[in-house]
Amino acid sequence: MAALLCGIAFLNLSLFALGGEMKNADSSKQNRIEIKDFAFNPKTLTVKSGEKITWINHDDEPHTVVSVEKQFKKSTALDTDQEFTVTAGAPGTYTYFCSVHPKMTGTIVVEK
Amino acid sequence: MSDYISHDHEHDGIDRRGFLQCMAWAGTGLLWTVSGGVLASRTLAEIAKAGGSLPAATDLSFLQISDSHIGFSKEANKDVTETFKIALDRINAMPTPPSFLIHTGDITQLSKPEEFDTFDQVLKSCKTKDVFFVPGEHDVLNDGGKFYRERYLKSVEAKGAGWYSFNKNGVHFIGLVNVLNLQAGGLGQLGDEQLEWLEADVKGLGADTPIVVFAHIPLWAVYPQWGWGTSDSERALGYLKRFGSVTVLNGHIHQVLQKVEGNVTFHTAMSTAFPQPAPGTAPSPGPMKVPAEQLRSLLGLTNVQYKQGKSALAVVDSNLS
Repeated sequence: MAALLCGIAFLNLSLFALGGEMKNADSSKQNRIEIKDFAFNPKTLTVKSGEKITWINHDDEPHTVVSVEKQFKKSTALDTDQEFTVTAGAPGTYTYFCSVHPKMTGTIVVEK
Repeated sequence: MSDYISHDHEHDGIDRRGFLQCMAWAGTGLLWTVSGGVLASRTLAEIAKAGGSLPAATDLSFLQISDSHIGFSKEANKDVTETFKIALDRINAMPTPPSFLIHTGDITQLSKPEEFDTFDQVLKSCKTKDVFFVPGEHDVLNDGGKFYRERYLKSVEAKGAGWYSFNKNGVHFIGLVNVLNLQAGGLGQLGDEQLEWLEADVKGLGADTPIVVFAHIPLWAVYPQWGWGTSDSERALGYLKRFGSVTVLNGHIHQVLQKVEGNVTFHTAMSTAFPQPAPGTAPSPGPMKVPAEQLRSLLGLTNVQYKQGKSALAVVDSNLS
């Protein structure tokens, strides 16, 4: 399956595309998902294709961001204050979870 | 004595009142004991203080340590290496050393090689050299447990993701892995391959063989809302139903909880690193910060003793204060 959400960055140091389309006009917009108390907030986030999505971990516990259907590259374990960024690709609904604490789930809706 | 509670149950488990009483003690960080057999009324600290030795009738004594989280340095405990050392000091102070240790997972906080190295370095100070491991989810964060298996499970010739069994003094020990390939929305998981192995592993054993199962995440539904349970543990326990004595030792939840169901005793151990809240008492199960003077009373280890001819093993927890 093609990578539909693409691009990855750690600690905002770099951003590199893994393939798929990047729309320059929207790519600077940041959508943030806060990880706190073992939950993704907001639990469902709607973005436009080409926008970046960044998760930041505020817990004293490591968390991961993993696509349920393996539709985008998974994060490594994010320690406290660490971030993970992807760039939204093709429109669709993407569910993800924390592979360390699988009760933690979230959804990204990518619109055109 | 005021610093522990002792119950002695042969078969039928613990009554509700006793359990609640135990919970209350555990909640205040004091020691409690639930015993199915004999010898449950002496803590490690008492044995060390008295300078005595374990009664000769003890056929096997081993220790469970858990959740060292080496590398953790947040408010809940800024020096987890030190508290791990203290736990080992307690073991070394036992006049009759345990036969071996069991570590029920989360050696490290972030699966970093240097965290494992620190753990191994500190563990060298332990006089008891024989240690059996099962991984926690913190030990297999980025590589599916490859590094962990190479380092801790090679000598036991672990199968699959790291499960294995061995015999000591007539007791059959089974180390299980329930922290890998977790599914979205789910709990800990053993998986078909491991369950099939387990069924075959115990097939030839007599029903009077005492069984000890150890795994990281509890094999009973402690609090599924926080992920404190294992989705397919019922199937595993089904294979163990015919045995007269089954003791299940888990970590993961950083507190002592116990449940007795028929011939099966479920028990979770304290961490040597930091406490976690009682089920449902906090917004999340994350590390719990307590006043510094209370910390060591909420950390600890578990001593397990087996006497031939007794149906159940005695499980004794002691804290590090």
